[in-house]
Amino acid sequence: MKQVRFDSVESEIIKLLQSDLPLESRPYQLLSEKLGISEEEIVARINILQEKGLIRRLGAVLRHQQVGYTVNAMVAWKTDESRVDEVGKVIAGYSSVSHCYLRQVPKEFEYNLFSMIHSRSEEELVQILKRIADRTGVQDYVVIRSIRELKKVSMTYI
Amino acid sequence: MPLSASRGRKKVKELTALDKEILNILQKEFPITVQPYGDIAAKLGIEEGELLQRIKTMKERGVIRRIGGVLDSKSLGFFSTLCACRVSEGRIDEIAAVINREKGVTHNYVRDNYYNVWFTLTAPTKRDAERKIAVIEKTTGIKILNMPALKVYKIEVCFEMGEAGAL
Repeated sequence: MKQVRFDSVESEIIKLLQSDLPLESRPYQLLSEKLGISEEEIVARINILQEKGLIRRLGAVLRHQQVGYTVNAMVAWKTDESRVDEVGKVIAGYSSVSHCYLRQVPKEFEYNLFSMIHSRSEEELVQILKRIADRTGVQDYVVIRSIRELKKVSMTYI
Repeated sequence: MPLSASRGRKKVKELTALDKEILNILQKEFPITVQPYGDIAAKLGIEEGELLQRIKTMKERGVIRRIGGVLDSKSLGFFSTLCACRVSEGRIDEIAAVINREKGVTHNYVRDNYYNVWFTLTAPTKRDAERKIAVIEKTTGIKILNMPALKVYKIEVCFEMGEAGAL
């Protein structure tokens, strides 16, 4: 596991960034006053945190249903061990795919390559699935749709 | 367009071309600067006040969940896994309550599979996650499939907003 070290100032910055930034002209002003460092310093630290890989992306997180991506499916593909990288990269290449992981799965559930696919209609989803299956030759997959949200929050690390 | 016209609960189809452009920039090119909104407004050729008002409206309407950092749990030293279990219809809420009590559970859905409850669990260590799963199993009497990621091929939660009317 490639854990990255961070100091107390960085810890405060992470605490701010894992939540919702104040929607103001100068979103770091409050933290700057609290920590007694300049906003420029905070911005420089954020850049460093991003370079270190602690921050994957800074920006807006949307609610996909609200922006027209109404069909959201988790699709798990039963992929032969020897081909997982090749197939995983093909799936990851589609813009409708937001996540693609190889997972350690138990024998009760042998669909090891997971993807999250977002589309604007059922037809579009069917097309994407067909295209992936044709291109990769992986024909055994399950489409697992969410029926009801039981919990959805952002992770609080610190 | 007067600001008041963009208020209220409009459908996504009514997001203007400018709103969509704003969403794309906010997702992909959010400036890491002291005054990010001023910089975005300058780029778009609009007043910062109008930009902030449009963002505020899109937040209120639920289009934007939040603006902040998408952190890398692994770099932060955390372990995360996807879990699934089969729960009888009548026990879903009761079992969800036990699962959701755990702070590291960030997503939990009823899904249309033989395994009908799926949740993600993030914990400081692998052992910690396993311990938490064991507690849920013991409390509920339900077996949980634990499926940690071995490799990541993509994590990019950006939604490309098409041109006006394209949605």
